[in-house]
Amino acid sequence: MSNQFWMIWPGNAVASALILFAIAMPFLYAARKLVHNLLRSVGHMIGGPLRLGARWLFATARDMKERNKVVLLAHGREEVGQHIEREFERIGALVTRDLEGYPALQRKLLEEITRVEEDYKKCGEVPPPPPEWVEAVTAIAKVKSEGGNEMVQRILEEIKRSVHSIHDKALADYRRAYESRHKILNGFMPFWRSLDKTFGQVDKKLTGLHDTSSKIDAQMEKYEQINKKTDKTEHALTVSAFTQFAISTLVLLIAVGGALVNFKLIALPFSEMVGAGDYLTSTLRMSDVAALVIIFLEATMGLFVMETLRITHLFPLIANMNDRMRRRMLWTAVVFLFVFAGIEAALALMRDMLASDKQALVRSLASAQVGPPDPLLRLIPTTAQMLLGFFLPFALAFVAVPLESFVYSLRTVGGAFVVMLIRATAFVLRVLGNFIRQLCRVLIGVYDITIVLPLLIERLVRATRSEGDASESRPVKRAA
Amino acid sequence: MVKRLLLASLLGLSASTCTDQRSHTQAVYMLIDTSGTYAQEVGKAQRIINYLLGTLQSGDSLAVARVKTRSFSEKDIIAKVTFDSRPSQANAQKRAFKDKIDAFVKSVAGSAYTDITGGLIQGGMFLNETGAGRKTILIFSDMQEELDKVTVRDFPINLKDIRVVALNVVKLKTDNIDPRRYMGRLEAWQKRIERAGASEWILINDIEHLDRMLQS
Repeated sequence: MSNQFWMIWPGNAVASALILFAIAMPFLYAARKLVHNLLRSVGHMIGGPLRLGARWLFATARDMKERNKVVLLAHGREEVGQHIEREFERIGALVTRDLEGYPALQRKLLEEITRVEEDYKKCGEVPPPPPEWVEAVTAIAKVKSEGGNEMVQRILEEIKRSVHSIHDKALADYRRAYESRHKILNGFMPFWRSLDKTFGQVDKKLTGLHDTSSKIDAQMEKYEQINKKTDKTEHALTVSAFTQFAISTLVLLIAVGGALVNFKLIALPFSEMVGAGDYLTSTLRMSDVAALVIIFLEATMGLFVMETLRITHLFPLIANMNDRMRRRMLWTAVVFLFVFAGIEAALALMRDMLASDKQALVRSLASAQVGPPDPLLRLIPTTAQMLLGFFLPFALAFVAVPLESFVYSLRTVGGAFVVMLIRATAFVLRVLGNFIRQLCRVLIGVYDITIVLPLLIERLVRATRSEGDASESRPVKRAA
Repeated sequence: MVKRLLLASLLGLSASTCTDQRSHTQAVYMLIDTSGTYAQEVGKAQRIINYLLGTLQSGDSLAVARVKTRSFSEKDIIAKVTFDSRPSQANAQKRAFKDKIDAFVKSVAGSAYTDITGGLIQGGMFLNETGAGRKTILIFSDMQEELDKVTVRDFPINLKDIRVVALNVVKLKTDNIDPRRYMGRLEAWQKRIERAGASEWILINDIEHLDRMLQS
């Protein structure tokens, strides 16, 4: 009944509402300007700050993007710089290693070439020419032996015989000479092979050098692109960072799986050491925390090993240490790792013993008569647990590598994500601001629709008045 | 960045070094009815105790007491133990506890009367002394209390924050004639237990459900 207090026409809500509306209409018409102003003000009051906020967020996103770009390029520059540095180191080592032996190689080459030249010269020696008396024999041979001068005949016969014997001797000399030259040429072969091998070595080394310098060229090109701060480079570096982030996250997840296995191995024996009744939180036992701390310590030691080996660069302080100090730190971390690995192996054995004890108890409680397990079957899991306990800390040590990638790529990925989030927020604020302003305009329209009747009357009155004014002013104009 | 992360984790760890002072242990007090024909059910009770021994963890407490003519006495506690925080020691304690129960089962003799209330008062006192976070009284009985003329038990008892579980409440011959007697008996006990301030009253006739109850 109390809900019907407003009803002018009791029991008829529609009629009551219409009457009330009719009564209210003149007041609504009177307040028209005020209401319009109020709605406009509300629209500005809410929409303005929202738009301002959106603009500020867009500006912030722009700044952040710039900052991210600077960081990304700086990181990329550093990475490429390190790469180039490493390639130069490689070239240095190559040059030192290969050129160190270069004088010996050169000497060997010269010696072999000299020897080959000498042998070549020897090959060039020809047998002595026929003696000069051959010409004298030719002259005598031209003497006319008409009439059968016996003297001449005999001389010629003698000469012929001598020439034949000399010819045979000269031919034999020639043959011997060629034989010896063939032998010399045959002796060339090992030298040629040695020369070929030496040149092959030189070629291989020079090719390696060429490959490395090509890599440096590519890295230098990249370095120049980074220095130019091109969008292409930024995009490439961002994609690279995202890939790194995905890969390192995957590897870290695998490492977390390993850490969980490790935790399972040592949590139970730790309850034997620190007790199973103390709780850190409602669900977290102190023994579990102790086991986790040991695993974290192992990971930290692994991290230090990787840092001191300069595989990772998470701690500049360690990287900047002198070599002696760094080596000491490396050995300390390695010793700690070995100690932890030993402890874990012992704990794994203890876990196995505790589990067996518990199993025996449960069997006795269940009064089940089960025969003793096969010793070999017992030995395999025990040994496997001990080995796992020993080697998992060393495997965890390598977590440092993906961790470094994760940390560095997280800056880029996180930065990009924050920029995206800010932009999205700015967009929503902008849309909201516009929506509210438009809503106020719609409300103004709706308000005018509700008082359409007085507005029509107003228009009619104005039209009548303007017509009257026009009729009054017309004669004046004519008079003028 | 990494330094900050390490610092944050260290701070988080140091902030949480204040150990949780609430007790996370549980204490179970089991009453075994040895009166009349119910004494034959003691084998089932033994299985339940074995199950409890397998379930309870280091730091938990367990006591087993018998319900006889007058049960408000420490002498009625057959065995009691608070398990050591070291699992190996706890296992040894469980073995010793089991031996005691086995010996009791072999030598159990029926009593003339059934003083469940006395056993409940004794159990409540024991559980409060343990300071355990979760306290449970298991009553292995038909819940038919029979007192001699001298024994006085008609006064309010205190079982504040203790969960009371009635196990294996078998139906008596008279219950079979008129099931309302069985229902009325259980209802009366429920009211009495709730008036005593118990956190919960549970009836478990199927032992399989005990597991779920103990884990909750």
